[in-house]
Amino acid sequence: MRIVAERTLVERIWAEHVIEGAGEELIFIDMHLIHEITSPQAFEGLRESGRPVRRPDLTVATADHDVPTSSRQVPLADEIGRRQLMLQIRNCREFGIELHPMNSLGQGIVHVIGPHMGLTLPGMTIVCGDSHTATHGAFGAVAFGIGTSQVEHVLATQTLRMAKPRSMLVRLTGTISPQATAKDVALAVIRAIGTDGGTGHLIEFQGPVIDAMSMEGRMTLCNMAIEAGARSGLVAPDETTFAYLEGRERVPAGADWERAKAAWATYRSAPDAVFDKVVELDLDGLGPQVTWGTNPGQTTDIDGAVPDPAAITDPGARDAATRALAYMGLRPGQRIADIPIRTVFIGSCTNGRLEDLRAAADVVKGRAVAEGITALVVPGSEQIKRQAEAEGLDAVFTAAGFQWRNPGCSMCIAMNGDVVEPGTHAASTSNRNFEGRQGPGARTHLVSPRVAAATAISGRLTAAAVD
Amino acid sequence: MDKIETITGTAVPLDASDVDTDQIIPAVWMKRVERTGFQDGLFQKWRRDPDFVLNQPERRGATILVAGPNFGCGSSREHAPWALRDYGFKAIIAPSFADIFRNNLPNVGLVPVTLDGPSCRRVLDAVTKDASAPVTVDLLARTVTCAAAGVVDVPFEIDEGARYRLTNGKDLIDLALDLDEQIRRHEERRPFWMPRTNGQVESPFELSGVEQ
Repeated sequence: MRIVAERTLVERIWAEHVIEGAGEELIFIDMHLIHEITSPQAFEGLRESGRPVRRPDLTVATADHDVPTSSRQVPLADEIGRRQLMLQIRNCREFGIELHPMNSLGQGIVHVIGPHMGLTLPGMTIVCGDSHTATHGAFGAVAFGIGTSQVEHVLATQTLRMAKPRSMLVRLTGTISPQATAKDVALAVIRAIGTDGGTGHLIEFQGPVIDAMSMEGRMTLCNMAIEAGARSGLVAPDETTFAYLEGRERVPAGADWERAKAAWATYRSAPDAVFDKVVELDLDGLGPQVTWGTNPGQTTDIDGAVPDPAAITDPGARDAATRALAYMGLRPGQRIADIPIRTVFIGSCTNGRLEDLRAAADVVKGRAVAEGITALVVPGSEQIKRQAEAEGLDAVFTAAGFQWRNPGCSMCIAMNGDVVEPGTHAASTSNRNFEGRQGPGARTHLVSPRVAAATAISGRLTAAAVD
Repeated sequence: MDKIETITGTAVPLDASDVDTDQIIPAVWMKRVERTGFQDGLFQKWRRDPDFVLNQPERRGATILVAGPNFGCGSSREHAPWALRDYGFKAIIAPSFADIFRNNLPNVGLVPVTLDGPSCRRVLDAVTKDASAPVTVDLLARTVTCAAAGVVDVPFEIDEGARYRLTNGKDLIDLALDLDEQIRRHEERRPFWMPRTNGQVESPFELSGVEQ
């Protein structure tokens, strides 16, 4: 008798996409997302070798990294950015690829618009030349970031040659505090397992904390799996997933919806599936988290203090903490609440969705941004921007003194002119607090939208009160 | 792509963990659409410090970078391997690499050498002390040698597929295109719910809105 090992969700999806090979396998890619900054050299490669795009109908592009979020008057003042955006339009026309360029209704951060359009579905393989492709794992898809050579490979063949990632289960139990959000869960996980805790693995998140989490929250969590070193993160689809998907533009409708839903419901790890690595974290009572250093694992509680590197036993971690404090201009033992904040950024593929904007607006309503603070809200997409405006969120933010911007990656990667002033501290809902990530000398503290909003109002890193 | 069997050269030590790709090359370089010419972006911020190791005259011409754990974490940008390649590096030795970065290196002809922690530390210390100490990465034997560190024929880890491609100079896309028939068969049996895109460049929502 042949014994079939019980499989994890990742193993099942992987097996359904293997075309050939052992070790490094050739896998089929169901959806290829493209943005303007990691694709130009790939299209150039196709042109040089005379190869067509194999499946333009499984490819979609948008402009998000370069686009200004203030004035969208064209031509853009930024000549190099303009050249890149124009080249993307030319490339998509030439190769017949769906593109949502700047100033179109479909434009937005690539990881925000994919799920919004219903292009992200359970059981798919999804790639993009962008590490935060992990976001799409929230729907039970295997979704990961690739380099530009691989972008060219997918364009030419709709496949990738890859070793199957090892499987890792992160089970999150307990009930997080009402002040905490998916962002705090993500930071708490990285704080616990470290920035290389997931290296070589694809993390499946399970447990009561996940069951209770919205789709937006699951996207936030999977988005940051990469910051724990994991290839990606994913969550098995459930009723929350189906409720989000039903009725979306590219999602099957009618009888096909019922058939699809029945098929998707089977996409889950077998109860006795064996994972290569298992971590169980009790997050009962978890409160808001904040980073104090220069990697997302350097995290503490919002009411905590900057740690003393001398108290860290691991020499590598101690050196890293020492370097981080020097860059951040912080003292050991300094209270988080005493760090002077100058900039607040709400947005990014981590926290630029409607739920995030609503949560921040709830905190901001009827209050005003503190003196000396520059605060901006950058919706994740044009659709989200318009929906938020229909709900009056923009008015809440602007009345409080926030700037209400156009959609894009903005201050998360700071290559469009939106930067944090050198040497100043920012509370940011983005995903990376690396040195210089938000501009040369910028000192980033990663937080949830609620904490970012409360911080804009109080002028210091603060948890928002729960009504 | 050129075949690579062994690399021998002097090394640059970079003794830090979690060096992310934003440090290897800042995002501003990603506005370029060219395929080469990224060498000046390599560690751009750290190179402003005259004491930074890459600025030491005796490090000129080095072809091997010796780094700390979780090297290349963060952004998937292939601009980071491009910058290392354009600067003149041929191999990166570290106790561990971030996944995406490790996968990107062979695609630009760079060798990711995952060497056990203690050996890596010895090589790092030896090349820190002596800038002229040669290091050899033997891709056929899959070993590292740095006599000054007392590291001789120490085995390292590398994905077998990557090693095969590097030593044979194979283009991955050609290899995949040879499997057209198998890809076609897979395409025929994809589930009905898989979404499609429309091939259209969306029009701007206001006339002044977009240059096309």
